[in-house]
Amino acid sequence: MIYLYLFITFFEIGLFGFGGGYGMLSLIQGEVVHHWGWMTTSQFTDIVAISQMTPGPIGINSATYCGYTACHNAGFGVGMSVLGSAVATFALMLPSFILMILISKMFMKYMKTNSVQSIFIGLRPAVVGLLAAATLLLCTKENFSTPDENMWQFVISVMLFVATFVGTMFFKVNPIKMIVMSGFAGLLLLY
Amino acid sequence: MNIYLESFKTFFKIGIFTLGGGYAMIPLIEEEVVNKKQWVSKEEFLDIIAIAQSCPGVFAINTSIFIGYKLSKLRGAIATALGTALPSFLIILGIAMFFHEFQDNPIVASIFRGIRPAVVALIAVPTFNLAKSAHVSWANCWIPIGGALLIWLLGVSPIFIILAAAICGWCYGKYIKPTI
Repeated sequence: MIYLYLFITFFEIGLFGFGGGYGMLSLIQGEVVHHWGWMTTSQFTDIVAISQMTPGPIGINSATYCGYTACHNAGFGVGMSVLGSAVATFALMLPSFILMILISKMFMKYMKTNSVQSIFIGLRPAVVGLLAAATLLLCTKENFSTPDENMWQFVISVMLFVATFVGTMFFKVNPIKMIVMSGFAGLLLLY
Repeated sequence: MNIYLESFKTFFKIGIFTLGGGYAMIPLIEEEVVNKKQWVSKEEFLDIIAIAQSCPGVFAINTSIFIGYKLSKLRGAIATALGTALPSFLIILGIAMFFHEFQDNPIVASIFRGIRPAVVALIAVPTFNLAKSAHVSWANCWIPIGGALLIWLLGVSPIFIILAAAICGWCYGKYIKPTI
């Protein structure tokens, strides 16, 4: 049954996932963490981290990983979990197939009409909101700890957040380099 | 060489070697399919990018499906899409199998305690960059802010936000400001 749910969920994500991989993250998180409870927020954050550090599109990477983790957490073995990641990845790509082929077959000429363009006038700022929501939804105590629970970890986490934000936003440091350095800081300071 | 095999190999190579997500793949795809193989012209490629970007789904997958379909219909699209997705799929599977054995190890756990806040920041940065390129201004900044708060605080599904934004945009163009 989990395969059917994985298929429906990732098909939906592929169909409504505007704004590329990052725009999809709030959708993926909403479904796999909050709606289905297939994994915890910190497991999801780890998946995003690994998806960013490995080659390929972040959307495909995280769908593959989420499919695997959902089955693994449900107690399935390796083979069944591999099937889960195949289902999630395939389902994510299927809407793209249908849409792209339909567009190149017959809707190419409609793409530049006023009605399609005005739809995007509403969509573009909304996708920015989706990305903002993905960020806010990940600001949890699992990812940052809290001042009451562990003051030291909370302070270090906030500092790493600020350092990574400033580093990639203003100094154009390579994101993978920032992840590696933060991992090193975690090993030194949060062990 | 068989065109399916050749297009599969081209996109597989791009899929293996691009770190940093779909956007990092575009210059490589352009180099291969426009400059080297000349499967599509420069103008066509720009149109494809514009459409792939505005449609839902994974940007790099959309682009490769579009190019594959142009080359040799459905089978071409399957070849290019598989080529793009397969390296990711295999690499992630390898890591997933391996990582579940190690995630409770205290050293790995401490490394990820450091990585998690950094990842949240890495998602925050494109929010601001996208806001710039989507021309978010004082006049329409209530749309992303309102959308984000609805999703974050009230648990509204992002799908509803997408649908509402599309419908409002269409009505805006049709009834409020017909000449855009």
